[in-house]
Amino acid sequence: MWELIRANKRNSILLMALMAVVLLLLGFVIGMAVVGPEGGLLGVGAAAMIWLVLALVSFSSGDQILLAASRAQPVTHDVHPQLFNVVEEMKIAAGLPVMPKVYIINDPAPNAFATGRSPQSASIAVTAGLLARLNRDELQGVVAHEMSHILHRDILYITLAGIMLGGIALLSQVFLRGTFYHSMGSRRRYSSGGRGGGQAQLVLFIIAIAAAILAPIMAQLLYFALSRRREYLADAGGARLTRYPEGLASALEKIAGDPAPQLATANEATAPMYIANPFKKRGRRTLSDLTSTHPPISERIRILRNMSQGASFKDYAQAYTATTRSKNIVPAAAMNDEPIAIRQGQVEAARPEKVQRQVHEIGDIMRRVNGFQFLTCDCGLKLKIPPDFRADAIRCPRCSRTLPLQAS
Amino acid sequence: MTGVIIALIIIFGILALVAIAVIGIYNSLVGSRNQVDNAWAQIDVQLKRRHDLIPNLVETAKGYMKHERETFEAITKARSAAMGAKTVSEAAKTEGQLADALSKFMLVVENYPELKANQNFLALQEELTSTENKIAFARQNYNDQVLFYNNRIQMFPSNVVAGMFAFTKRDFFQVESAAEREVPKVSFS
Repeated sequence: MWELIRANKRNSILLMALMAVVLLLLGFVIGMAVVGPEGGLLGVGAAAMIWLVLALVSFSSGDQILLAASRAQPVTHDVHPQLFNVVEEMKIAAGLPVMPKVYIINDPAPNAFATGRSPQSASIAVTAGLLARLNRDELQGVVAHEMSHILHRDILYITLAGIMLGGIALLSQVFLRGTFYHSMGSRRRYSSGGRGGGQAQLVLFIIAIAAAILAPIMAQLLYFALSRRREYLADAGGARLTRYPEGLASALEKIAGDPAPQLATANEATAPMYIANPFKKRGRRTLSDLTSTHPPISERIRILRNMSQGASFKDYAQAYTATTRSKNIVPAAAMNDEPIAIRQGQVEAARPEKVQRQVHEIGDIMRRVNGFQFLTCDCGLKLKIPPDFRADAIRCPRCSRTLPLQAS
Repeated sequence: MTGVIIALIIIFGILALVAIAVIGIYNSLVGSRNQVDNAWAQIDVQLKRRHDLIPNLVETAKGYMKHERETFEAITKARSAAMGAKTVSEAAKTEGQLADALSKFMLVVENYPELKANQNFLALQEELTSTENKIAFARQNYNDQVLFYNNRIQMFPSNVVAGMFAFTKRDFFQVESAAEREVPKVSFS
């Protein structure tokens, strides 16, 4: 476990450094192109400033930015007791010192992510669609996967990488658009100059444009290469925490087979932090092997279901090699895990399978998140009262009984 | 003369290294002992929570289950026995019995559909399920910590330091009842 955490910390530093190199090179080329040959250093300086600001911002409040970008809303125990309880169960199983903050995202697509700087200041966010579809064991599997990301220190890495990637993409976009509009208006100046300096400047411009297009792609490849392995390890950690690999496997199955449209608030930079790739149905990822942020979900399910011996890291490693026929991904230090038995699943009432019921439930979850009061009248009618309804009581529209309201 | 000084320096050097090693091992042993205590405190918190939930549960169910006096008595008795437990092994035993009584109660609940539809009862049921899970996971974490700590005070060289400062082995939280052995057991639909 400690070996794994140390390797992840090392990777985080490596990634920050490599992203910095990409950003500085980009700055150098753009500086040369815009100002001239002496502008290279100026560009590097500007890029360094951007890097510093991004690094500071992402380290101090990267989690808040990502949560806000995903439109996640913080919730308390009363809003969704089961989710809150499951997170607390996993916090205890992981031996975490403090309870992570819990968020719900208003979206029917089932997905989840964790973010934060350290296990002391972590957050877990799940979508309303996930809560409406999964049973208790499955929800526990998903939360355990996220808790493993927290425990393995993946969250800092993903937060930093997401923000840095966003910064590089932003710089390229600003330059490319600036160039485009600029050249539209003043094309004549380049052609009429006619001197050698203009020629060299043009070549530099072309190089800069190429760099601006390539840099975000390179940064993304870097990010993806390192994030796929972490998904497998978080699956392994999740199975170990719950002692029940089937919970996570069946949750992944439901997520993969879900008919809901893709997550609205996810983008290129935040995609790798989700438990399953939020861009599942668009066929725009043609270089799927290089650019996919997540291992194929069917493979993850098969590995988890092949864990028949136990729930330790060693069992996951065996199932991994048996399923993918490739070499082990679990670090050696985690392999001498003591044997852990798999527990029984919990029997639970069936979830509403009908899509309509699920849509209903998603609506109810979001109403709770937004502070609606739920009342059941004696005649059986359910009333949902918005938080801005200012009255002490309400009349039941069906049987005309007067129901008292709690002061909010 | 210089030979004696060099020998003295070497001896002092070795003694200093040993002292540093002993201090380091001592500190990390204290660290893992604290981890064990902390993990035990976690179990304690959850067991208390279970004890606090039971009166509410019984109160809510009583109105619906008029003819189940024995079941309620069994739970109340097991609860007070568990609350009076002093040692780790005693607590493990009485808590196991309490869990048994609770799962029997939940089986009986199956016969009362009206109770199962009560919102209040459903909320309590979720809390109880979760508390049972938390107890199981806290125990899992406690046993992991005890295993780590016991290994350290038995293995060389930390066992020497442990012997010097009287670090003693800790008990695992073994589960007495067969029903409880299957981790999170209380399952009611």
